Amino acid sequence: MERTAVRRRLTWQVGTVSEIREETATARTIVLDVPEWPGHLAGQHLDVRLTAPDGYHASRSYSIASAWTGETIDLTVEQVPEGEVSPYLVEVLKVGDPLEVRGPVGGWFVWKPEQPGPIQLIGGGSGVVPLMAMLRAHAEAASTAPARLLYSVRRPTSVIYVNDLKKLAASDDVDLKFVYTREAPPGEPRIGRIDADILSKAAFQPEDEPTTYVCGPTPFVETVADLLVAAGHDPARVRTERFGPTGGSR
Amino acid sequence: MTADVPTYLDGNAAAGALREIFAVDLTAAIGECVGCGRVGVFAEARLYVDAPGLVARCQSCDHVLLRVVTTPTDTYLDLRGLTYLRLPTSP
Amino acid sequence: MGIVSPGFTGRRRGGTDLPPGQYLTHEFPVLSAGPTPHVLPEHWEFTVTTETGEVHRWDWSAMLRQPSEEITRDLHCVTRWSKLGTDWKGVSLDTLLADVETSADYVMAHSYGGYTTNLPLEDLLDGQAWIAYQYDGEPLAAEHGGPARLLVPHLYLWKSAKWVRGLVLSDTEDLGFWETAGYHEYGDPWKEQRYAGD
Repeated sequence: MERTAVRRRLTWQVGTVSEIREETATARTIVLDVPEWPGHLAGQHLDVRLTAPDGYHASRSYSIASAWTGETIDLTVEQVPEGEVSPYLVEVLKVGDPLEVRGPVGGWFVWKPEQPGPIQLIGGGSGVVPLMAMLRAHAEAASTAPARLLYSVRRPTSVIYVNDLKKLAASDDVDLKFVYTREAPPGEPRIGRIDADILSKAAFQPEDEPTTYVCGPTPFVETVADLLVAAGHDPARVRTERFGPTGGSR
Repeated sequence: MTADVPTYLDGNAAAGALREIFAVDLTAAIGECVGCGRVGVFAEARLYVDAPGLVARCQSCDHVLLRVVTTPTDTYLDLRGLTYLRLPTSP
Repeated sequence: MGIVSPGFTGRRRGGTDLPPGQYLTHEFPVLSAGPTPHVLPEHWEFTVTTETGEVHRWDWSAMLRQPSEEITRDLHCVTRWSKLGTDWKGVSLDTLLADVETSADYVMAHSYGGYTTNLPLEDLLDGQAWIAYQYDGEPLAAEHGGPARLLVPHLYLWKSAKWVRGLVLSDTEDLGFWETAGYHEYGDPWKEQRYAGD
């Protein structure tokens, strides 16, 4: 299906929850059947809108976690403490419920199988979600482009997609490295954030000419992007997507 | 919260609101800032989403590039901070 | 309207003390349309410019020498949160405007960082507005509008311009930052005047 052929204004459509999977204690994947879904590129996101009985709306953006296979789409939602939308999606929404979505959106932070060159993916926390869509699209397309994922988490129980990631890492073309910032599994010598040293050892180097995708909270993305540019990566080949809670609470 | 922790996201976060108005995705569009002349991809603009509307600012000079307010009945769009937005012509 | 999301209520809204459509929060959310300005007291000034171009000016120490008031008020943000019983200290606009000769009806408030918002002059008088520099007993934090912000609690909080630097009085009603982008020109929370045309 030619995804970009239809040029029209985008608006809300209703999907139905067909499956729910627990990913971690605070994150779940919601599988949606959206009959009019036009397809999407890996890295794109959609907006979710909830409506209360009095007509009040609340909407948030979520990255699409799955590659497009012509069927359902996956969203992975991490619960935000004191949030308005994520607690509903993680604790209340159930199989069979409707969910209004608008998308897919985003044309910059995307990976297409026809892109040449290695892929460097760097994710912090729930920033791994669009990167997972890219790895799934990479597998779906049987791409032989070398791919590396550097995934920064607080502790081992924070890792989303742990089993799927291990399966993907077992393939020849995908390398996986976890960086633990608070608590590491036994045998892992290092606790701390991504730094220039980790990038020089675990990430593609500028001469490999990778396309790099960095996703996570704003401070994470800014730090990693600055480190990449300082290490000599071409800024035009570093794409970023910043996540954050909305609603203004501090 | 006393430190200046960045409170912004980026142009990707405006994709949905803009896609309701335009028939094409704008995050990959190239724009020039009216304030300082910086040319860059809209996805890299600093986006303040906590406010009563979306405000996109130039990541070099903080000039307001674009504002979007979605009310129950209308969407208001102010693009005065962009000298231009450049998109590829559809094939 | 579309569907209703089963089991979704949003934050609990309404209640006898709250304007329509608001929910109660005990936090103090920080919402901003841009980076937080940082203005040092030695560089700070507040001006009132009349419709004839006459300028009245206060630097930081002059402002602190003005008779001040401690007040407790409820805050209502157009993004739907309300915070009740907030404590402030500041100078009443009745004090600051006492010696300002004007026949203007309208005001544009200007802030460090470029923000603007408009109000009728009469809404700044008669004990309805302050230049506030302390919140909850402490100097007002930059993220909440410090060193000083306009405080006009009877209107939605976007009218209480953070980082206020001056007021420009005018015979014509000009619209400010949010008012030119679809928000209501007046903004009475009790009439739920959120958007233009409400």
